[in-house]
Amino acid sequence: MNIVEALQIVARTDPGMVRTHNEDSVLANPQNGFVVLADGMGGYNAGEVASGMATALLGSELDKAFTERAPSERVEGGKFWAHVVLETEIARANGAIYQSAQSQPQYSGMGTTLVTAVFHDNMLTVAHIGDSRLYRLRGEDFQTLTRDHSLLQEQIDAGLLTPEQARHSQNKNLVTRAVGIDPEVDAELRDYDVLPGDVYVLCSDGLNDMVEDDEIAMTLSALSANLDLCATQLIQMANDNGGRDNISVILVKVKGDFAVPRGPRSWFTRLLAWLK
Amino acid sequence: MDKAKLILSMDGLVLKEIPLAKERMTIGRKPHNDIQIDNLAISGEHAVVVTILSDSFLEDMGSTNGTFVNGQQVKKHFLQNGDTIELGKYRLKYVNEAPQQSQAADFEKTMIMRPDTMRKAAEQMAASKSAADAAALRPAPPAHPTAPPAPAPAPAAPAPAALPLASIQVLTGGNVGKELELVKTLTTLGKPGVQVAVIARRPQGYFITHVEGAHFPIVDGKTLGAEAHKLEDNDVIELAGVKMQFFIKG
Repeated sequence: MNIVEALQIVARTDPGMVRTHNEDSVLANPQNGFVVLADGMGGYNAGEVASGMATALLGSELDKAFTERAPSERVEGGKFWAHVVLETEIARANGAIYQSAQSQPQYSGMGTTLVTAVFHDNMLTVAHIGDSRLYRLRGEDFQTLTRDHSLLQEQIDAGLLTPEQARHSQNKNLVTRAVGIDPEVDAELRDYDVLPGDVYVLCSDGLNDMVEDDEIAMTLSALSANLDLCATQLIQMANDNGGRDNISVILVKVKGDFAVPRGPRSWFTRLLAWLK
Repeated sequence: MDKAKLILSMDGLVLKEIPLAKERMTIGRKPHNDIQIDNLAISGEHAVVVTILSDSFLEDMGSTNGTFVNGQQVKKHFLQNGDTIELGKYRLKYVNEAPQQSQAADFEKTMIMRPDTMRKAAEQMAASKSAADAAALRPAPPAHPTAPPAPAPAPAAPAPAALPLASIQVLTGGNVGKELELVKTLTTLGKPGVQVAVIARRPQGYFITHVEGAHFPIVDGKTLGAEAHKLEDNDVIELAGVKMQFFIKG
């Protein structure tokens, strides 16, 4: 299957019940198999500007780079092209947002979280900064594939809080990394294998602060046959629970194998194919 | 917002209120402690309360007689409003009242922790390696104004409104008479791959929505569209050739 047939993608964003602005931005590029989600921060509309810049810049640059070369190609030192492009383009987007924040007083201090997933050759590469997340449902197993760059996560790692206690913490929403705050940013990149039937969720904290992980998991497994409804339901649950922040959700369902065809086939495989 | 405080008492008698004004408040018998309790059951350096923004942690400093919270001995404890710390005969009640929700909403925005806030946090969590690592990740001094350091506490999500329990009773087919209580947020009905609908339990009531299949559910003789439909008491649902009744239990 090619990537367009293999993936079903739904991207949604909602202002929630309390905010007048939506500072989140989402982007999906089915042709090149990547999605981007950003949760902006900063006064007035600066948060929207930061997250909007991040998704727009990454959207166009990743599209160009992956049209030119497949993300799964190995380049310099055996790295995936996806890694090279993500590192370069996130650094560039960071620089652009940082420059705007420095040069325009109304944008001073703006920044954004970022989570982006690139699907290639039965794998995915995820890059993230801040507390926007990537989850995976595989069969019954529901997991967070990203680890928040937040004060709370650091307290959990340090053994000061259990994950259960963290849910009652009064220090949510403090991220320790963000795009556009400093001249340089450190994105965390990871690769995971992908199996047909997997469902991936990228979300802003407006979802996972309002809806428990097991409720998210239950919604995915109950409604994965109708991805649109699934996204609507997740946003509705966050709003029914108070909707105190903007809510963004990108769902990616893997319908089939999307391995890159490998090289010219040998006479033996051709013979096997012919015999079938 | 009121700062968190400790209320010191003995035998039910309040001795004093101690605001948690410092990031690190030590408790012990020796006079250099921030909270001095001159009693032989208390160790020289007994325990410490570390406050990071709006959260406070209690840590026993290796005391002889131990530190107890709500009757349980603790080494390290994340303090919750109303917790009672027991040291010998003394009680320290932790009070940290969450502000009104309307105020909280303004503060709930995602914020970046600037290096200076981070450093403070790191100092407070002197024992914690990972905090120090985090601080080291952002060594550059702040080039622009720092973000407001103290976000308001996030009150727990409002409790779901008391929605009467409802259930579905099967009227036809092999499962006739079977009853299914709608206790979960979502309950799916039907046959996967053939026809599936979902009933969502929401504060406003129970809503049925088509999930998959060529045929849409029929409620009280009317075929539904793609939109969610609110169920009323005694509605009859037809799905994948099976009739069932929705009813609200008192």
